[in-house]
Amino acid sequence: MSVQTTDYTVSEIRSPASFITSRVFIYGALVFWAFICLFPIYWTITTSFKSAVDVTQGHLIPFVDFQPDWKGWRSLGLSPDSIFQTSTVRDEFLKRFMNSVITSVGASSLAIIIGSLAAYGLTRYRYKFAWFKNEDISFFFLSQLILPPVVLALPFLVLYREVGLLDTRVGLILLYTLMVLPIVIWIMRDQFNSIPVELEEAALVDGLSIWGAFFRIVMPIALPGMVAAFILAMVLCWNEYFFAALLTSTDAKTIPVMVASQTGSQGINWWSMAALATAAIAPLAIIGIALERYLIMGMTAGAVK
Amino acid sequence: MAEQTSTTNAWPANSAPMDLIPPGRKRLGWALMALATFGLLATILLQILYKSEVDTIGFETWRPVVYAYVLWGVAIGIGQVLTRGEDGQRALFLLPALLFTIAMVIFPTLFGFYIALTDWNLSSFSGRKFNGLDNFWQMLGDPYYRNALFNMVLYVLAVLVEYVIAFALALLLNAQIRARKFFRVVFLMPLMLSPVAVSWMIGKSLMEYRFGPAATLARHLGWDNPAFFSDPITARISVMMLDAWTFIPFMMIMLLAGLQAMSREVLEAARVDGASAWQTFWQVTFPLMLPVSVTAVVLRIIFKLKLADIIITVTSGGPGGATDSVSSFIYREYRDRSNVGYGTMLAMAYLVIIVVFVTWLLKIANRFVRNVN
Repeated sequence: MSVQTTDYTVSEIRSPASFITSRVFIYGALVFWAFICLFPIYWTITTSFKSAVDVTQGHLIPFVDFQPDWKGWRSLGLSPDSIFQTSTVRDEFLKRFMNSVITSVGASSLAIIIGSLAAYGLTRYRYKFAWFKNEDISFFFLSQLILPPVVLALPFLVLYREVGLLDTRVGLILLYTLMVLPIVIWIMRDQFNSIPVELEEAALVDGLSIWGAFFRIVMPIALPGMVAAFILAMVLCWNEYFFAALLTSTDAKTIPVMVASQTGSQGINWWSMAALATAAIAPLAIIGIALERYLIMGMTAGAVK
Repeated sequence: MAEQTSTTNAWPANSAPMDLIPPGRKRLGWALMALATFGLLATILLQILYKSEVDTIGFETWRPVVYAYVLWGVAIGIGQVLTRGEDGQRALFLLPALLFTIAMVIFPTLFGFYIALTDWNLSSFSGRKFNGLDNFWQMLGDPYYRNALFNMVLYVLAVLVEYVIAFALALLLNAQIRARKFFRVVFLMPLMLSPVAVSWMIGKSLMEYRFGPAATLARHLGWDNPAFFSDPITARISVMMLDAWTFIPFMMIMLLAGLQAMSREVLEAARVDGASAWQTFWQVTFPLMLPVSVTAVVLRIIFKLKLADIIITVTSGGPGGATDSVSSFIYREYRDRSNVGYGTMLAMAYLVIIVVFVTWLLKIANRFVRNVN
C-alpha cells in the first residue's frame, strides 16, 4: 500500500492501521468543514419553503420533517403560482436585482479596460511623470487597496450631492471601479509579466503599431487573466454594501441594501427573508461553481512566485 | 502634463524619433491641450463665481465640471499622441487609469480633510461652519471611538486564528484525496456570498436565540443561555466567527496555491531522511510557505480593517457599542446624527492610523521573511 503511493504524508509508510487512521481523520475533517460551509446555505434555502411552525420547531429535512411549500417565494412573487400575477414585491426585487447587475458589470468592465491598459503600460514601458517612476506609480495604484471605504464615503456623499450623482447607478459604478481597480491592476500585471516580450517585438517588426500589437497579439493571450480579474471584480461589486447603503436611497438601491433593510424591520417573516437571501446569493453561488478555476486564478495571482 | 521620457525595456534602441513629427502637428497638439486646460479652468471658475453668487451665468449642479474634466482628459490624451508620437501612444496606456484615480481619490481625500475641520450637519439648513480643530478634540474624548479602535485590534488579532484554520484546510486539500475539486468548490463557497446575506443567514437566523439551529445545538451541548449577541465578549467572538466564515477561503486558496507550487523533491528528501510528518511540516513546509503566508495574512488584515457590513447588519454595534468597528461606528454616527464633519474627522484619523500601521506591518513582514529564510 505504501509502495505505490507518491504521497508525502509520512504516516503512510508505517502501517495499514495508521494509514487508515489518517484517512479517517482527513476525510472526517473535510466532511466536517464542508458541513460548516454548506449548512447555512442549506438552512436558508429550506427555510424559504417553511411555514412559521416549521421554523419555530426547528425542522430541518424537507418531506421528512416538514412539507415544503412555496411560501417564501410566493411572498416575493416568484413562486410558480404567483409568477404570472402582478406583484409589487417582485417588481421591487427585480429593480434592485437589475441595479446590482448593471453596477457590478459596469464597474468591472470599466476597471478591466483602464486597469489592463495601465498594467500593460507599467509592465512594458518605463514612465517618468515628474519624479514618479514606474515603481511609484504601481505603488500608488496598489496602495488604494488599503484605503477603507469609510474614508471616501462621506466626502463622496457631499461631492455627489453637488454633482448630482447621488442615488444614481453611474455614481456607484465610478466608486466600485475605484474599489476594484487595484486588484485588477495587480492581477493583470502578473498576467502580462508572464507573456514573453518577443511576441510583441515580432509583431512590431511585422509593422503593427504598439496599440495594434496590444490588441491583436497580447490581448488574446491575456484573456484568461482578464476573465479572472473580471469575475473577482464582479464578486466584490455584487456584494458591496457600505457605499450602496450611504449613497443610494430609492433609484439605485442594490440587492444587499434591500436585504439589509428587510432584516432591520420588526417581526421578520423568516420564509420571505430566506427567499430573498437565497435569491441574493444564487447568482454568485452559480458563478462560484461554474467559474471556480478563474476565481482561484485571480486570487492567487502574484501570490506565488 | 509632466515631462515624460519613456524608453522601453524591450526596444531600447527604438525610442521615438522626436524630430520626425512635423512641427505643424506638434503645434496643433499644444494648442489642443492649452485650449482644453483653458476650458476646464474656465468652467471651474465660472461655476465658483456662480455658486458664490458673483455672477448669474452658470449651472445648477457641478456636473458640467465633471464633463469638462473628462473632455480635458481626452484632449490631453490626443495632445500627447500629436506632440510626442510613439511616446505619447505609450503614455496613453497609463493615462486613463491615472486620471481616473487622481480624480476619484486625491481630490475627495483633500476635500475630506477640509470637511473634517467643519461643523456640518447635512440635514440642517445652516450649512457648514468652519470650526477648526473642535472635531479633533471631541474625537480624543470620545470613549466610543476609542472602543471601536480597540475592537479593531481584537478583530485584527483574530486573523491569526483564521490563518491557522486556513492553513489546516489548505493542507487537507493538498493531501491525496478523492473529490478534491468538489471540496475546493465547497470550501470556496462562503467567499462568494454577500456579507449582508450571510449576516441574515447566520447571524440573524442560525444564531437566533429561540429557535436557531446553532442556539439549539449550543443548548444540547450544555450552554443554558445561548445568546450570541447579548454580552460584549460573546458578541465580539460571534462577529469574528461570522467574518471568519466568509473570509477563511480567501487565505486558504492562497496557501493552497503556495503548497501546490512547492517542489516535491524537498519533501521527498525530508522523508528519505526519516523525518516524521510533524517534523516535515515544521522544518520544511512551514518555512518554505512563509512568503505566501505573509502575503495572505497582510492582505487579509487589510481587508479586515474595512470590516463593517456584518456589524452594521447584525448587531448595529450593540450591545452598547461593544462590537463596533471603526467603519460601522462612523456609519452610525452619520446615520443617526448626519454630522458629516465629525464623521469625516474620525475617518481621516483612522486613515492616518491605518497608513502608519500598514507601513509598519509591511516593513516587519519583509524583515520577518528575510530573517527566517
